[in-house]
Amino acid sequence: MKKFCLVGNPNCGKTTLFNALTGSTAHVGNWPGVTVDKREGVYKKCAEPISIVDLPGIYSLSPYTPEEVIARNYIIDEAPDLVINIVDATNLERNLYLTTQIMEIDVPMVIALNMIDEVTKQGSKIDADKLERSTGVPVVAISALRETNLDDLMARAYEASNKKRSAKTVLEDTALMHLVGDCKIALEGQKVSNSLFHAIKLAELDELEVKAHPDSAKMVEEFKKTFNDDDFGSDFEAIVADARYKYISKYYSCVVSKTDKEKTTNVKVTESDKIDKVLTHKVWGIPIFLAILFLIFHMTFSEDLFYLGTMGVFDKEVLAYDQAGNVLAVTKDNFDENFSYYTKGGDLADLTFDDDGSLASVEAIPYVYTNDNKKVFLKEAYETENGRFFAKENGKVPVTVEKNDGEYAIVYDSAIDEFSSEVTINTFFGYEESVYSLGVVLFNTLDTFTGFLSACASQGLAQLNASEWLTGLLVDGILGGLFSVLSFLPQILVLFMFFSVLEDSGYMARVAFILDRIFRKFGLSGRAFMPMIMGFGCSVPAMINTRTLADQKERTATIRVIPFFSCGAKLPILTAVAGGIIQYAGSGNADVITYSMYVIGIVVAIISVILMRSTTMKGEVPPFIMELPAYRLPSFKNLMLHLWDKTKHFIKKAFTIILASTVVIWFVSHFTWNWHFIGDAEMNQSILAGLGGLIQPLFTPLGFGSQLGEWGWVFVVAAITGLIAKENVIATFGTLAACIVGAVIDTEADGGVSAVMQMINATNITVPALLAFIAFNMTTIPCFAAVATAKSELGSKKTFNGTLIFWIVTSYIVAATIYCVGSWWWTSFIFAAVWAAVITLIVLVNKGKIKFGKRS
Amino acid sequence: MKKLSEYEVGERGVIRSVAGEQKIRRRLFDMGVTPGAKVYLKKRAPLGDPIEVTLRGYELSLRKTEAEAVLTEVIK
Repeated sequence: MKKFCLVGNPNCGKTTLFNALTGSTAHVGNWPGVTVDKREGVYKKCAEPISIVDLPGIYSLSPYTPEEVIARNYIIDEAPDLVINIVDATNLERNLYLTTQIMEIDVPMVIALNMIDEVTKQGSKIDADKLERSTGVPVVAISALRETNLDDLMARAYEASNKKRSAKTVLEDTALMHLVGDCKIALEGQKVSNSLFHAIKLAELDELEVKAHPDSAKMVEEFKKTFNDDDFGSDFEAIVADARYKYISKYYSCVVSKTDKEKTTNVKVTESDKIDKVLTHKVWGIPIFLAILFLIFHMTFSEDLFYLGTMGVFDKEVLAYDQAGNVLAVTKDNFDENFSYYTKGGDLADLTFDDDGSLASVEAIPYVYTNDNKKVFLKEAYETENGRFFAKENGKVPVTVEKNDGEYAIVYDSAIDEFSSEVTINTFFGYEESVYSLGVVLFNTLDTFTGFLSACASQGLAQLNASEWLTGLLVDGILGGLFSVLSFLPQILVLFMFFSVLEDSGYMARVAFILDRIFRKFGLSGRAFMPMIMGFGCSVPAMINTRTLADQKERTATIRVIPFFSCGAKLPILTAVAGGIIQYAGSGNADVITYSMYVIGIVVAIISVILMRSTTMKGEVPPFIMELPAYRLPSFKNLMLHLWDKTKHFIKKAFTIILASTVVIWFVSHFTWNWHFIGDAEMNQSILAGLGGLIQPLFTPLGFGSQLGEWGWVFVVAAITGLIAKENVIATFGTLAACIVGAVIDTEADGGVSAVMQMINATNITVPALLAFIAFNMTTIPCFAAVATAKSELGSKKTFNGTLIFWIVTSYIVAATIYCVGSWWWTSFIFAAVWAAVITLIVLVNKGKIKFGKRS
Repeated sequence: MKKLSEYEVGERGVIRSVAGEQKIRRRLFDMGVTPGAKVYLKKRAPLGDPIEVTLRGYELSLRKTEAEAVLTEVIK
């Protein structure tokens, strides 16, 4: 199969062209060794199928960024049958700079003059034939977005790929050509292919070439000593770059004919400029950015869209009725215990009242049907012996009635019935009290679907009389674990979608532009802000988003601190434990605790970045020489293909590494040391509890270790189950309550506060230790999904292992600091002194005053 | 001669020379910041730095420290 590759500047529509050519055949991977997207696909409309490779967007073939090295090595080493050089016609001058470099390689090529429709819209004209004559390379004007002329492009490309093309340079007229010629002859003598390209790069004393051909490089150095240009001295890089641009202005730019209007007004004000004026405004730029950010999070995570519920749009008057259906004016004062109140639907109702005496709620008293279709209340039904009951009329949906903690409850015979009894339209959209945001609606839809699958599975296994442990493994272990990870997917994708729109529209580059000043102080560029802030939503898309960072060390540092920006799944830990602390201490404000914990996370992130950038991740602040692309409407097709890629990637991860880790945790929490299966309520005998007890002493400095006595391991175990998904921490407390007080506590009813209270009562843990526990969970190893993402994004195994250690050490230090300072205020002096010593040491080492080992 | 970093918003000029560390200079060349190119300071970021210049028909953003290496001749 023939192989064509796409080369072009960033933002020139390369990905759009790739998607248009390859459609659904495309797949995305990584280039070996680096996390730069490698897209490959097949074009089928030529005489034979053609494999198309999308190279990363680059401005030049110089050796300074990983993208440039990838593209350069690919064209030279992999020898594709043809290079499609895609050129943004609205910005011909800079785009052709890369073209002049590709032309120096002996490879067939065509120029795809993209966005020709934009040029026409601006009132200009580009003479493609003229450009073809002056370059000697086929030129086809196309619009990748509107998919015009693509077949023509590919037909000419196919034709060109069957012929040989020899390299050509635009540097013929420069004083350096003599040197280039000499180098070329020397290289040809060594049987080096693409001699012209290598010769020119050698003349520029390009790092990679000097390394590959040291002999010829010496020749250049010699020549350099004798050479002196009037403008540039002996700066060959400058001479070459200048010559390219001069040539472009002289021969190529004349193919553009502008309208009269453009000629007279030197600076034209485009639509893009008008938008930009608002979005990067001196005063409003930052507030607008914050508002957009808020809106994105609101649309992804809010359960009260636009605060309609809070504003009272859905408030309904609470009314009670008599048997005949007349409205009754009931207050706490005139409430008659012996009178029968009814709901609007005619069911006997229980009434509750607000503090001021007004009616708060009217709820139907739960009932079931008997064999002969009579309604009976649960209490009666429970007391009837050997009765068969049904949740619906005419003997549908068989149930029994049980009594738990003085409350009567319906127990469904079939898991599917139980499941369907709970699903209403409110589950998805929540229109009763508020409207859900897009992210929440999708979340609920998937959640309901996976819930249904679980119900089917457990019913099927029950009918097969499967053993308890097998049901547990399949339903709770495998399906439960898988679904809890997949449940994040909708919100991850929605968040991703919004951020992709910002990226594709060109706004993200402006965000970096606005914020660079602040982030430079921490040794990062403005681009690092976006992934960090996405961390508040979910670490997974945030870590993937770090691909926009050019500098590898900056990326690593950013990925490491992303989990400290407490994500949505960690919020339940914060609210439940904070709620427990308030109840336990009898005073205080849970919101203040929650808020402070978020702030602590951010502070830890900032300190970690500064520490890393001045020790292990040392490096210059990467330069900020960057194009601010014109604002564009993102293409829907591109967006969907992009999201589809991410979905595939995430699902693959979920079914491999995440699933495996989840099953292991399920196994150790449901089996005893002698391989005996135990239910949720006996988790205290599990291997996990045993292991928790074993490592418990390690957590003594954090306040939830050996000092807690018999039940102290619950906190350690909860932190471990939190690795599956952080909301599991509180759910585990609910489950473990079964071992302590004999009944599982439903953590969804009160956000887990009472479950936390049970743990507090059983262990006599202190408030500082609880705070340390929150901080530990926030800053330690994130959930498996995030760990798996970090692993693939970090590339090297060594960096990944370092990252795991970094998370453990950081969380340990942070939690220990909180516990010790909170328990004994005077320890703050010790911590301050240690920190001062560490900082002084780092500063002195960096200044070269202290030296370690042999390194100079 | 005036450094690009010292430009006022709305000022325009022609680049005369580009100095600075090799890696950064090469990047500037690749982005079209070469002697002879016309520049126009379009705006500053809300916090004063970086700056945005129009150059060879597109918008380029760079920090003041990077713009310091670019010497220009102002066009009145």
